[in-house]
Formats: sequence, structure tokens, C-alpha cells
Amino acid sequence: MGDILVFVEHRSVSLREVSLQIISKADELATKLAGRLTAVVLAAKADFLPSDFSSRADRLIVVEDERFSDFDFTAAAEVISKIIKEQSPHLVMMGHTPWGMDLGPALSVRTGLPLSTDCVDITLDGTRVKTVRQLYGGKLFARVSFRDDSKGCIITVRPGSFPVAASCGRKGELVRIENAANLPASSSRFIEYLDTGAGEIDITQAELLVSIGRGVGEKERIEEIRELAGLLGGVVSCSRPVVDRGWLPKYHQVGTSGKSVKPKVYLALGISGAFQHVAGIAGAGTVIAVNKDKKAPIFRVADYGVVEDLFAFSDALKEELGK
Amino acid sequence: MDIIVCVKRVPFTQEVDLEIDKSGKSIVTDGLAYVINDWDGYAVEEAILLKERIGGNVIAVTVGSEDDEEVLRRALAMGADRAIRIDTCGRSLDGLVVAKAVAAAIKGFPLDLVLTGVQADDDNQAVVGIMLAEIMGLSHAAVVRGIEPEEGSLKVRVELEGGIDEIRQVKLPALLTIQSGINEPRYVSVMGIRKAAKKELKVIGIDELGLSEADLALATEIEEVYLPPETGGAEMLSGDPSKLARAVIEIMRRKGVAV
Ligand SMILES: Cc1cc2nc3c(=O)[nH]c(=O)nc-3n(C[C@H](O)[C@H](O)[C@H](O)COP(=O)(O)OP(=O)(O)OC[C@H]3O[C@@H](n4cnc5c(N)ncnc54)[C@H](O)[C@@H]3O)c2cc1C
Ligand SMILES: Nc1ncnc2c1ncn2[C@@H]1O[C@H](COP(=O)(O)O)[C@@H](O)[C@H]1O
Repeated sequence: MGDILVFVEHRSVSLREVSLQIISKADELATKLAGRLTAVVLAAKADFLPSDFSSRADRLIVVEDERFSDFDFTAAAEVISKIIKEQSPHLVMMGHTPWGMDLGPALSVRTGLPLSTDCVDITLDGTRVKTVRQLYGGKLFARVSFRDDSKGCIITVRPGSFPVAASCGRKGELVRIENAANLPASSSRFIEYLDTGAGEIDITQAELLVSIGRGVGEKERIEEIRELAGLLGGVVSCSRPVVDRGWLPKYHQVGTSGKSVKPKVYLALGISGAFQHVAGIAGAGTVIAVNKDKKAPIFRVADYGVVEDLFAFSDALKEELGK
Repeated sequence: MDIIVCVKRVPFTQEVDLEIDKSGKSIVTDGLAYVINDWDGYAVEEAILLKERIGGNVIAVTVGSEDDEEVLRRALAMGADRAIRIDTCGRSLDGLVVAKAVAAAIKGFPLDLVLTGVQADDDNQAVVGIMLAEIMGLSHAAVVRGIEPEEGSLKVRVELEGGIDEIRQVKLPALLTIQSGINEPRYVSVMGIRKAAKKELKVIGIDELGLSEADLALATEIEEVYLPPETGGAEMLSGDPSKLARAVIEIMRRKGVAV
């Protein structure tokens, strides 16, 4: 009872930060539940794990197989559902990452365990697990419970929701399985990684970013913001929809699927503040947000807020700078 | 290529003060405008582009009420051949039930590819697509922003974090959840939507799909919804635009930016 299983992600022979965040939260929950914490690492060779990693779990199941040098959905889902069936954990946790978004719902269907995705908090009501997640891009929060969690439940956790604990002090028994037997043929095959990030300008080095979102409305008006950035001595960056629409090249994009930036000042114009965006500005010194919607979620993470039409604001700023 | 594309109608909540309803478990939806889920617009466009390129048939599916047919008509106007609405028969649903309903409704259809959006803009769950794939036994990939058809498979571009994409080969038949930016959804006029009204739009009740009560039972329950805490947010600046501009310049200078 009360056992927790965490699926650990790695990429290009390096452990992913999100997995450390999750295992830290799992440590806290497992302590409260008096359960055992098991981490599952599927890799070609798990030699990239930091030396203190095993102390973060009671049990480390390492499955080594060539097919796990990259994410192989078929093999991963097979191995993890088998472990779930054998161990019947109280709670299964993984990241709400592109891979977790593939694995979580699939495991839920295969094991019959209920699923709550993209959770920003996890609480315990006795031994029952409840989650907090956001709706409408962060405009609303919901507390979610599982109707029938008697056999366990699965949670995908939003990256950045929990800090990484310095250490956990668990005993870290290592169970190593080499060449997991009888894996079914994969329905997909990894070919290669492509880096889409490089470009003419590097927004990660800018001291001042003038960042535009969908609120800019149309491509033609971006020129006005470029002028503003020029006057301020800043660099133009943007949210995802601006890139999706082809208004700016991808290397301008801030966020989980774009870049993490660390300017002294981040001026967000017409950006709502979805988590995939604000995850990219955690390192910004000061965030100033301009938005017509006074309830825009960006105002919860910004240091200063301006409720105004972004063009009216931009024009006024230009005028002041011209004085 | 026979393609099924799932679409959902979602409320547009920008510049709207969300109000929690009496149950405390959802929002008041009266007076909200509705749109096609952003990601689904890209999924429909991708289905139509594939059909235009290699031929085939596109069916748009939604699970919802009569009002939700609006998004099916939009998909038809964009080029889908026919549409199916699965009526909720007054039930409340969750992601798994929606996936089961779609799977039951399209069972036996000739099918190479199913497309859904990565996530719905209202519940932000990102579950229906992959659950549907698993129920139907299809290969799948989540967060796809490029598709290249090959013999018996697709070469897809899966978007990972930090500007890294993964190129993967996925066997057909498959389900892909489509990420925004994969294409440029075509514009449809009111006229176009009206014309598309001639195309077939079939309605099936969720209760007619042969699903048991156990199938239709919800796995999760929203206990309560609440508005984000008001405290701890930004210091709000006030005044006319020039006063605001002066205040912002002042902040920038204080934070060490030379303006
Ligand atoms: C897997 C995944 C990865 C993602 N990665 C990223 C990422 O890396 N980066 C990213 O940004 N997003 C990313 N997203 C998308 C993210 O979820 C949001 O959809 C996106 O950030 C919204 O961008 P936005 O704020 O510009 O647009 P919207 O949410 O549409 O907000 C526009 C805002 O502009 C305001 N506005 C409109 N007109 C004006 C005006 N005239 N003046 C002032 N304000 C105005 C509106 O009130 C609104 O708040 C990702 C999504 C997924 C599912
Ligand atoms: N009621 C529905 N009807 C049809 N498709 C849906 C419905 N709900 C979700 N989907 C599809 O599943 C995707 C992911 O939704 P969700 O899992 O709810 O975030 C959406 O982009 C749609 O393509």
C-alpha cells in the first residue's frame, strides 16, 4: 500500500530535470503514505544517472536495452505496464512532457488505472490522491479526484511544478534488467533529433526582450513593435502562435518548445501567460506585462502589469522615448 | 488515404471574466462565444492537405450537442467529405468516455489515419487522442508538427522541448495528435460554411453505440473549480498611456536596462 512508481526520462544520455522534480514530490508523498518509492529507468545504458540518484528511491529498476537509447513507445509501454501489473503501485507519476503525453494516456487504457494529466499540485486526503490542474489556459483551477482509485492511479506532472529536493536519503536498492525479454515489435522507429532553435539572433543573450503574443493581431503590425524594440535597444521575441502563423521565425519563440530566456527585463505585449510560455521566462529579472484582459494569467507571474491596448501603450512609449 | 479527424467546440475565454456556476464544478457558459479548438483547426487542415496530395476521404467527428455541429460544418467547409456528431444524450463525459465513443462510432470504417489536436483549449487534458489510439490498437505519436507519407508508414516530426524535434517513422494505421503551427489552416467564409451544409452530417446517440454503463462511467471527478488567487500577482500600474509609458521606462532604468 502507498507505493509510488516514477517513470524517469532522459535524452541524449542525460537525465531530465523534470524527472528530478517529480521524484522529489514523490519522495514527500511516499513518506506521508509510508509507501515505497520506485524509479524506473529505461535506457541503453544507465550510466548517465548522477551518483546520488539511487538515494532518491527505495528501489531503482533499470531496464537496459538498445531500444531504449531513445524513446521507444512500444517497448516502454510494454515494460511499464508489466511493472505496474506486478507491483500494483498506489500512484504512478511521470512528466506532462511530449513523451509523457504519449505514455500516460496509453498506460491508463492498458492498465485500467484512472489518469489525471498536467497536474500542478498533488495532495493527499488520507491515502486518497487528489490533483490540482488548470483549465482554460490557467484562467481557472480545478481540484480533481479519482472515482475509483482502489487499484491505483496515474498522474502526469507539469514540468516546473515542484522544486528538486537536495537529497532524499532512501536506500536505493538497484534492480537491473538487461535486455528485457519478449518486447513486441515497435510500431514506430526513432530516426533522428533536429535542432530547430538556431537563427540570426539569439534571444537568450538579450538584456531586454520586447515579446509579442497573439494579441498583436496581424503580421503587418509587428513592424511597429520592431521600431519600439529598436528605440528601447531591446530584441523582439514572441509566443508560439506568432511563430505558428509564420509571423516570426522559430528562433524568436520563448517557452517550453522554444527558448528559455534570462533578460533583465521581459516586456510581454499581448501574451496571455500559458504555462508553456511562462516556463521560458523563469530566469527573467523583471517581467512587465501589457494586456487588455485584466484577468490574463500573465499578471500572476509578472512583476508589473499594465491593462491597456498594446499598440496604445507602444505608441505612448515611443512618444516618451522621443522626448 | 482514409482519415478521421476529431474536432471539439470550445468557449473563447479571452477578456472574459469567468464566473463559477452554482455547482461550483464548472463555469457559467451563457453568453460565451465558441470557436473550434485551435489545435483541431490544424488537424483538419492537415487531413485535407494529405487528401489533396495523395487522395482519400476525410470524416470529421465530434462528441457533443447540436450546437457543436458548428465545428463540423466548419470542417466540411474546409474540405472534409462528411461528418459525424455523437450526441452526448445528456451525459457528462470525460476524456476516456469521449475516446470510447469515437472508437465505437468509427469501428469498421476503412481507416489509415486518425488525427486529433494535441489538447483541447478548455480542459487542457491532452488525453483523448492517445486513448483513442490505444482503444483502437493503432500506432500513435503525440505532439506532431510535420507529416511525410511513405509506403505503409508516415515519417513524422514530433516536437520535443527546447526547440528539439524528433523525426520518427510510424506504421500505419496510426493516430497522431497535431500540434499548432504544422500548417496554415485555410480561411472559410460564411458562404463556404453555408454551401457545405449540403454534405452529410450524421448524428448518433452515445447511448446507441453499444457501450455499457461501466464504459460510460467517469474515471475522474472535478470536485471544485476556483479562480486563481488574486494575491501575489503583478503590481498593477495605472494612468493614461503616457503615464504608464513613463512608469515602465523608469522601471527599466531601475532594473539596469539602458533606455
Ligand atoms: C506541447 C505544447 C508546447 C507549447 N510550447 C509553447 C512555447 O514554447 N511557447 C509559447 O508561447 N506557447 C507554447 N504553447 C502554446 C501555449 O499553450 C499557448 O497557446 C500560447 O502560449 C498562447 O500564446 P499567446 O499568449 O500569444 O496567445 P493567446 O493565449 O491567444 O493570448 C493573447 C493575449 O493577448 C491579449 N490581447 C489581445 N489583443 C490585445 C491588444 N490589442 N492589446 C493587449 N493585449 C491584447 C489577450 O487578452 C490575450 O491575453 C505550447 C502548447 C503545447 C500544447
Ligand atoms: N468532445 C470531443 N469531440 C471530438 N473530439 C474531441 C472531443 N474532446 C476532445 N477531442 C479531441 O481530442 C483532442 C484532445 O482533447 P483533450 O484530451 O480533451 O485535451 C482535441 O484536440 C480533439 O481533437
